[in-house]
Amino acid sequence: MTLQVTRRQFFKLGAAGMATSSMAMMGFAPDAAQASIRHFKLTGAKITRNICTYCSVGCGMLLYSRGDGSINSTDDIYHVEGDPDHPVSRGSLCPKGAGVLDFIKSESRLSHPEVREPGSSEWKRISWDDALDRIARHMKDDRDANFETHDENGNLVNRWLSTGFLAASATTNETAYLTHKIVRNLGILSFDNQARV
Amino acid sequence: MAGLAPTYGRGAMTNHWVDISNANLVLSMGGNSAEAHPVGFRWVMEAKEKNNAKLISIDPRYTRTGAVADYEVNIRTGTDIVFLGGLINFLLETDQIQHEYVRAYTDVSLIVKEEFGFHDGLFTGYNPDENTYDKSSWSYEFDDQGYVKRDDTLQHPRCVYQLMRQHYSRYTIDMVENVCGIPSQNVQEVWNMIAETAVPDKTMTILYALGWTQHSIGAQIIRTGAMVQLLLGNTGLPGGGVNALRGHSNIQGLTDLGLLSNLLPGYMRLPSAEEQDYQGYIKKRAKQPLLPGEVSYWKFYERFHVSLMKAWYGDAAQADNNWCYDWLPKLTEPLYDVIYTFERMHKGKLTGYFCQGFNPLASFPDKNKTSEALAKLKYLVVMDPLAVETAEFWKNYGELNDVDSSQIQTEVFRLPTTCFAEDDGSIVNSARWLQWHWKAAPPPGEARPDVSIMAGLLHRLQRMYREEGGAFPDPILNLTWQYSNPEDPGAEELAMEYNGRALTDIYDSNRNIRRRKGELLDDFGMLQADGSTSCGCWIYAGAWTEDGNQMARRDNADPFGIGMTLGWAWAWPMNRRILYNRAAARPDGTPWGPEKRLVWWNGHRWVGADIPDFPDASPPSAGVGPFIMNQEGVGHFFGGSMMMEGPFPEHYEPFESPIVGNPLHPNNPQAVNNPAARVFPDDRARFGTAKEFPYAATTYRLTEHFHFWTTHAKLNSIMQPQKFVEIGESLANELGIKEGNKVRVSSKRGYIEAVAVVTKRIKPLQITGQTVHQVGIPIHWGFKGVAKHGFLTNTLTPAVGDANTQTPEFKSFLVNVEKI
Repeated sequence: MTLQVTRRQFFKLGAAGMATSSMAMMGFAPDAAQASIRHFKLTGAKITRNICTYCSVGCGMLLYSRGDGSINSTDDIYHVEGDPDHPVSRGSLCPKGAGVLDFIKSESRLSHPEVREPGSSEWKRISWDDALDRIARHMKDDRDANFETHDENGNLVNRWLSTGFLAASATTNETAYLTHKIVRNLGILSFDNQARV
Repeated sequence: MAGLAPTYGRGAMTNHWVDISNANLVLSMGGNSAEAHPVGFRWVMEAKEKNNAKLISIDPRYTRTGAVADYEVNIRTGTDIVFLGGLINFLLETDQIQHEYVRAYTDVSLIVKEEFGFHDGLFTGYNPDENTYDKSSWSYEFDDQGYVKRDDTLQHPRCVYQLMRQHYSRYTIDMVENVCGIPSQNVQEVWNMIAETAVPDKTMTILYALGWTQHSIGAQIIRTGAMVQLLLGNTGLPGGGVNALRGHSNIQGLTDLGLLSNLLPGYMRLPSAEEQDYQGYIKKRAKQPLLPGEVSYWKFYERFHVSLMKAWYGDAAQADNNWCYDWLPKLTEPLYDVIYTFERMHKGKLTGYFCQGFNPLASFPDKNKTSEALAKLKYLVVMDPLAVETAEFWKNYGELNDVDSSQIQTEVFRLPTTCFAEDDGSIVNSARWLQWHWKAAPPPGEARPDVSIMAGLLHRLQRMYREEGGAFPDPILNLTWQYSNPEDPGAEELAMEYNGRALTDIYDSNRNIRRRKGELLDDFGMLQADGSTSCGCWIYAGAWTEDGNQMARRDNADPFGIGMTLGWAWAWPMNRRILYNRAAARPDGTPWGPEKRLVWWNGHRWVGADIPDFPDASPPSAGVGPFIMNQEGVGHFFGGSMMMEGPFPEHYEPFESPIVGNPLHPNNPQAVNNPAARVFPDDRARFGTAKEFPYAATTYRLTEHFHFWTTHAKLNSIMQPQKFVEIGESLANELGIKEGNKVRVSSKRGYIEAVAVVTKRIKPLQITGQTVHQVGIPIHWGFKGVAKHGFLTNTLTPAVGDANTQTPEFKSFLVNVEKI
């Protein structure tokens, strides 16, 4: 059974005192009051300021998450809105930005390191230490074997041309700066980001 | 970008999003910002409402931008230089230019060497065997003091004005109609609208994106647009400029930070192999003024360079070892770009490859070649938040990725990373604003930040080099690493490192202390060449000062009411919001008009709504030019030796063109396509002809999707679930294709299948007497994700790039279309 109660009826019922509030507790709230429950969805949420990760307009984004940072709780983003203070976007988000929660929580998000062995058709889960140890060993073996200190004209060139690196235009400046610092000092020249294409 | 720096001095969007609303006319060409930058595009609509501005859309297709434009025309893909060159010719011949601006702020009066010339589509110095130019004649005439000779009457036959006039005299309105396919009446009406902004107090802004960049002549298309804005006196003013609308959230930042094969942070350049001498390396880049008294700010190159070396190597970098100059890798090729790298990979010359949040199988031209190349690697490392196609290039997905896993010996690692919601840091929007953001939640499972992965690899390599020795470990072992958690450096401390700090007490010329040892720097004016400052990216100096994180500022006040919110975030350089803004005032320092007030001279210094992009105490009487990065202080019509294919932009056909020859040079086979383009023989063999593949294809993105990410997001996949191609009604009728039919689109390099959208939005064009049909192919969808799986569009595209940037020609190539 559903009981349709308008706001006016609800207040009339209110004159009946206690009975009304217990009706509301039993679920017989008026439409307007039910609608207002959505207003409470964000109460108690932590609001974190962010910038949209898609195009280069740089719209302000507010990420709403549950969890208060305490040690036994894990924050979980459950709502995204435009930042009304932002001078470019003024609270707007485009269809991509407005739907970014589905990217953050995509079922395609990777959660642990994996390796695909030569000739295999499957992924195999490995630990971070195994993954980084194996990759670093490949890097060092290749670098030691193919590092060029001099070119064919005898110029000092100190470069490593047999491994290349693509960096990501969605990472932060800080990540990019550190990535450049490491990659260039390994001697890598085949180094690009999405700006190249 | 590579077209803007040779013209104005910096390769970045000149103005900013909100400033678009100050325009009187908006030209959208080589981009479709209503589709690709929808929220930024609101400022175009604001210009229409606030200023009664008009919007012109020029695109191969009728687009979402075109739908709200006041004037909409369709152009054959890849012919923008013809349209813009014709416009230059029209403006010059009808004398509709901003005279005072052009004379004071551009190079029109400078005199070019006698040896310079242009004959039948080629500039002087061409070597057809190497596809390169000897650029020695592409220069000025100098006087005894080493300054450029000039003729302020503009009568000298070899002054830039006369040479430019002569060069574009061939770009007649009939030529434009014939090559671009736009009826001459429409061309004339658009030109008339644009010419109206030649008056001092009206501005046009140009919005472009990859529709200009992704051509074999992309950088020169951009340069032509930049030249138009100089002729009209629109650069440096509010509502003016050339606005490069970048495609990714931090592509500007990664470019600023030099994550490209030939760069160091802050647009400094790696040395070439011939540059064995440190002093010679600096001298070549510390560019001195070519006219008396000009700024030529690159003259301080050594300050930027030494400060970077101190940031990277700390105490190991000293004057007596040339600040570790020998440690830097040296270039033999001009670029080790992705086309070059995948060519070498395809030849088996690479052992390993890293993809950090980049999906080359989907994003690079000629997917089948990319796939074969990856299969020749010993190891591939993919760091990404998502399960992307590249990480599974070895896995069979039927026709969508038809490979035999057992035959592929590449060891592939897939490492999960955080996404933007899960880390702190700054990203740079198209308008050069560095905006800080904060972590809202932890990443899924064991995913890690990229910095932690990079640190983990570095520390392992350092340990192995210490224990085992090996090839040249010095730079690896001496890298500064003063982070509070060495395994996971924090965003704050990295930001302070690229901002820069004093390594000793720093004094000014009066021995007043400017900065104490260890303090953060205010701006790049504090950098020193003697090793007393460190700075990881000189143009970012000022982002995080002793006053704190400037990128996190949130004051959106706009005191002058023209959208210059100087207290919001922080923009490079020095928080200046409109580049070259000295040009927003007349030579005498007063604004060009009351509506165009931006910065002006108040009798003592430059003041106004923006931070002056200029020495703020240099009086108008000193006559210093507004383009402070250029050696002459003025904007360049004559590009000198900065571009690969010539000092003036010239039209060349796409490498796959639907017509025969180049109508501008019908008798010179060397001048059909970009004569300076680098094409590898194997790639050339994979070019098709109009005989086999008669239709001109172009690629683009959709509002609802972002590249190959959002096909992993449910909401986006519901809005645009499935791969389609757009085919004009008349071509569809010819081929018997109906709306919703499945079609096969093929190029010389492979095929894709998709649903046909038969549309009025694409119309056939009349080009040199023949009918040319264009086909539109969105880039999205792949064989991973939650959307309906589809073919990768880049199966079709050719591996040839712009001669300057090697950005692939994704926007113009040939296909055939069949109903299946």
